[in-house]
Amino acid sequence: MSHATTDTMRQYWELEPHHHPEGASTSLGFWVYLMSDCLMFAVLFAVYGVLGTSFAAGPGPKDLFDLELVAVNTAMLLLSSITFGFAMLAMGKGDQRGTLRWLAVTLFFGLCFLGIELYEFHHLIHIGAGPQRSGFLSAFFTLVGTHGLHVTFGSIWLVTLMVQITRTGLIPANQRRMVCLSMFWHFLDVIWIGVFTFVYLLGMI
Amino acid sequence: MSAEHAHAHHDDHGHDHGSYASYLKGFLLSVILTAIPFGLVMAGGFESRALTAVTVIGFAVVQILVHMVYFLHMNGRQEEGWTMLSTIFTVVVVVILLAGSLWVMYHMNTNMMPQMDHELMQGFGS
Repeated sequence: MSHATTDTMRQYWELEPHHHPEGASTSLGFWVYLMSDCLMFAVLFAVYGVLGTSFAAGPGPKDLFDLELVAVNTAMLLLSSITFGFAMLAMGKGDQRGTLRWLAVTLFFGLCFLGIELYEFHHLIHIGAGPQRSGFLSAFFTLVGTHGLHVTFGSIWLVTLMVQITRTGLIPANQRRMVCLSMFWHFLDVIWIGVFTFVYLLGMI
Repeated sequence: MSAEHAHAHHDDHGHDHGSYASYLKGFLLSVILTAIPFGLVMAGGFESRALTAVTVIGFAVVQILVHMVYFLHMNGRQEEGWTMLSTIFTVVVVVILLAGSLWVMYHMNTNMMPQMDHELMQGFGS
């Protein structure tokens, strides 16, 4: 290949490797992970939609669900979403103490949500409406339990990140982690909208 | 905007982390959009169950959009549009998956039950 041709190619194509700043594609990659998680939840919603009326002569939604408890649970998750938003704003201002404070508040609401959900599960299993009772209850425990498991791991991640921020401050790597966890946390809130609408509200109509 | 934030290269990709006003607006909208369907169902709903169900689902869809805009800060500019594109793709797959599963399984359920008409089955066989 002649020298002149290479020069022409340089004009039209990028021959040199393109350098991105470190972590530039992290948030897009994490978003794609969330979308794949969304597909998994869609499958569980479809399972619930198919099995949701297979009561096997057992209890149905109206015998089991307590909407006031679900409303309190929804409030907990919604509050944790906005407090995480405040943590992100504090991080944007470089306020490390404020970030940690709002993260702690978020963790508190997240743990309240998990506590209420575990109480509900314990109550259901205690009265004999465990996952093995009917197709409806198997699908219910799988869908709501998977969401709860996500919140559990989100809380573990939250604690880990609080330790990291305490140790190394609001360095770019920790800021990136915060962006990812905030997407994860808000995404779980979006899934919860689907859960309380399709499982609890539609079940009680 | 602080100097350390600027060199973190976040804002080059169309990210914005919102403001107190936008978070509070999203939060208030979410509270209203949650309270209305809960109140509706707790009060017994409309006379027609289908109307209640459609209303509740409608509120959920609006609330999901509110969360995406005010909490997840979605817009068409983020990552040169790739975030939006992957989201639209996922939504299309989810809709096909949900609608298809429910449709197919509903018909399987109604057509394959044991109390199916035996004469009709013999008719098919001959």
